[in-house]
Amino acid sequence: MNSGTAPFWLGENNVPLVMRRVVLALLPVTLCTTFYFGFGMLLNVGLLVAFCLVTEAALVRMRGRNVRQALTDGSALVTALLLALALPPAMSWWTLLIAALFAIGLAKHVYGGLGQNPFNPAMVGYVTVLVAFPEQAAVWPGLTPAIDAVSGATPLDSIKMQLGQMRTMAEITAQADFGMLAGRGWEWINLSALAGGIWLMRKQVISWHVPGAMLATLAALYFVFYAFSPATHPSPILGLLSGGTMLAAFFVATDPVSGAASNSGKIVFGMGVAVLCFAMRKWGAYPDGIGFAVLIMNMAVPLIDRLTVPRIYGHKKGPRI
Amino acid sequence: MSVPVITIAAPDWGIRFGHDAQRHPDLMLQTARLPDRVRIPLQQHIGSEARPLVQEGDRVLAGQPVGRMDVNRLGAHVHASLSGHVTRVGTALVPGRRNGLAVDIQSDGLDERWPGFAPHSQPLRLSTAALRKAVLDGGIVGLGGATFPAGIKLNRGGGVATLILNGAECEPVIRCDDALMCHYTEEMLLGAQIMLRILEADSCIIAIKQDMSSAISRVTTSLTQLADDRFQIALVPPVYPIGGEAQLIQLVTGREIPSGGLPWDSGAICQNVATAAAIATLLTKGEPMLSRIVTVTGDGVAAPANFVARIGTSIESLINAAGGYTQQSAGKLMMGGPMMGVELASNQLPVTKATNCIYVPGNQELTQKSDAVACIRCGDCAAVCPADLMPQLLLQAQATSDFDRLEQFGLSDCIECGCCDYVCPSRIPLTRQFIHAKQQRWQIALEKRRASKASARITARDARKQREALELEQALEQQTHNVTTAAGARSALEALLERTGADNSDDQS
Repeated sequence: MNSGTAPFWLGENNVPLVMRRVVLALLPVTLCTTFYFGFGMLLNVGLLVAFCLVTEAALVRMRGRNVRQALTDGSALVTALLLALALPPAMSWWTLLIAALFAIGLAKHVYGGLGQNPFNPAMVGYVTVLVAFPEQAAVWPGLTPAIDAVSGATPLDSIKMQLGQMRTMAEITAQADFGMLAGRGWEWINLSALAGGIWLMRKQVISWHVPGAMLATLAALYFVFYAFSPATHPSPILGLLSGGTMLAAFFVATDPVSGAASNSGKIVFGMGVAVLCFAMRKWGAYPDGIGFAVLIMNMAVPLIDRLTVPRIYGHKKGPRI
Repeated sequence: MSVPVITIAAPDWGIRFGHDAQRHPDLMLQTARLPDRVRIPLQQHIGSEARPLVQEGDRVLAGQPVGRMDVNRLGAHVHASLSGHVTRVGTALVPGRRNGLAVDIQSDGLDERWPGFAPHSQPLRLSTAALRKAVLDGGIVGLGGATFPAGIKLNRGGGVATLILNGAECEPVIRCDDALMCHYTEEMLLGAQIMLRILEADSCIIAIKQDMSSAISRVTTSLTQLADDRFQIALVPPVYPIGGEAQLIQLVTGREIPSGGLPWDSGAICQNVATAAAIATLLTKGEPMLSRIVTVTGDGVAAPANFVARIGTSIESLINAAGGYTQQSAGKLMMGGPMMGVELASNQLPVTKATNCIYVPGNQELTQKSDAVACIRCGDCAAVCPADLMPQLLLQAQATSDFDRLEQFGLSDCIECGCCDYVCPSRIPLTRQFIHAKQQRWQIALEKRRASKASARITARDARKQREALELEQALEQQTHNVTTAAGARSALEALLERTGADNSDDQS
């Protein structure tokens, strides 16, 4: 079809290839998380992939679209993987089903499917169960090479809790669940997400703008507070390698559909996510507010897009929309 | 004297074709056999169609005008490309448009030249006005593909400081400018000197693509001999669409053509290398555009080559000269390259001044176009757009036919290069949709103009009716006024009534 009009040559890029590369880039962090939290992670992955694909197929069919095309574009698979990595292992199956229904159903297809969702589907699913079932979704088990098999505090949790108990950062990080750079396990999970993200940038699937702006802003904020009072604030390295920082920077905030369009818009978007994430970690009720940060910035995207349209060739100023 | 060479850094937009372009290596330049007959379309340029000057049965000579453009209209004169007899003047299928007037000439094999154009041994000694007139009379148009009449573009009378000779042929398979720079180097440089004289400009930058090594060395050698310090060479990276006029001006001079403005508003003008050579040939040999170089290439022809072909030669005969079709020909024919070319309906169409390339793709060569999926706003299109547009936002505005938004996002600044289509992972035919939107907008503007004319007519009619009604009312009032106020009139009436009354009584008596 369309053979009658130029251009007659097209490049190799296509949506399934983009999604395959994202899945491939998520492999190291998935393996790393499984290594630290056990096979419950893989169970999550399996169940969420099944739930998300079935939800996708059912809804695409209901909407009278091409089911095969929707399943092979890989977008539902990416959503499933991101959900699995955001949620702690071995959750009850129905919680995961709710997450999948909210992610694929509410966040994606209610708005018109692929390319139309104003909010990041994985984060909608994640935040839904995080708010509805905090005792399940916010509590991570101890690391598998067990230090304390029962304790359910992530490094961000214990920092928040123990700072509240008037302990100093030096005391907290000296404890067994902290490693060289940040929380044990979590530092490697974040580094493996960073590695996957750098590969995605090299493959030109994502640009540096969102992760660069987000990580730089987050590091700067941590640095300012840390320099001011190192006893009561985590260091920039600790902050950057904790929780879902790297996963969000390279795989969630970079979602093009729900993110800003222009390069300068992407920078604003990344900075916004970082500021909100930092504020929620420091003053919020949740140890890691990164899911909320992304969703709030998703809301700001129409405004960001309006204000950051680049200057067009031959024009003096960027268009005012 | 060494020739100043500037190397232009790669821009942050555009496409590098890499291995695709290497499938089509340098091509030999051959002269196509003199055709038995030619079909000369009367419009081979931007603007309007030329008026035919000949009729069936006339004998014409090579170079004789067969179509005349009225002064003050955009367009160019058209000339016979060989000597012979006119067999038909009428509408025919012409490339790039559906139908147009064309003059068919049967060759007499003599290729006799029309004496109307005087050859000059020293064309640079002619006056600016004479040179300008010669370019207009010779029907020279921009040979890079856009076919803007060169005489009109050169008619600037100051204000242009830089002439850019465009040899940055950037469509992947086209090689005609490369061949021209290698084989007609002296003509090209003389043509540039003539244009500098006409424009009263003080520098000429010859833009050559960095991978055209033989053209670079030929031009450098000739420039060294010429020792004209107004010339410079700019080596531009092999990035598509760097040969676009606006893009080349931006990269070479650092200035942009203002939106809605004309190229010379940037202080520079761009002319194709072949246009320069055509101007020199016109003045030194007294030959208007009899022929041009045409690349015939693609896996669909046996022996791809560049041909010096007479205007009006049938495309079929050029394909035969290139060894005919191959087994793997995709059965398609394009004029121009794979990024911006147009598909031709038939191989019987004639070569025109715009025919830089006949691309006969093999079936492995064209991308199989699959169904488009939804835009995922990845922004790859914005990253490659040479006009710095955001095609993903244009597409959104187009989906809702929001023409105000389309304009704000720069629909008019789209140069239709096709880069966005090339990189789109969702396979959305963006360029086609933008062209469609431009046509729709044009239609809407036309209807608006019509509507405003119609409403002006109605307003005028209403005003007239109102005025007439008012005048009638005033006239009636005036009469009543006369009747009611003029005492004399009243007594006259009374007298009249009295008299009739008297008459009546007379009758009764």
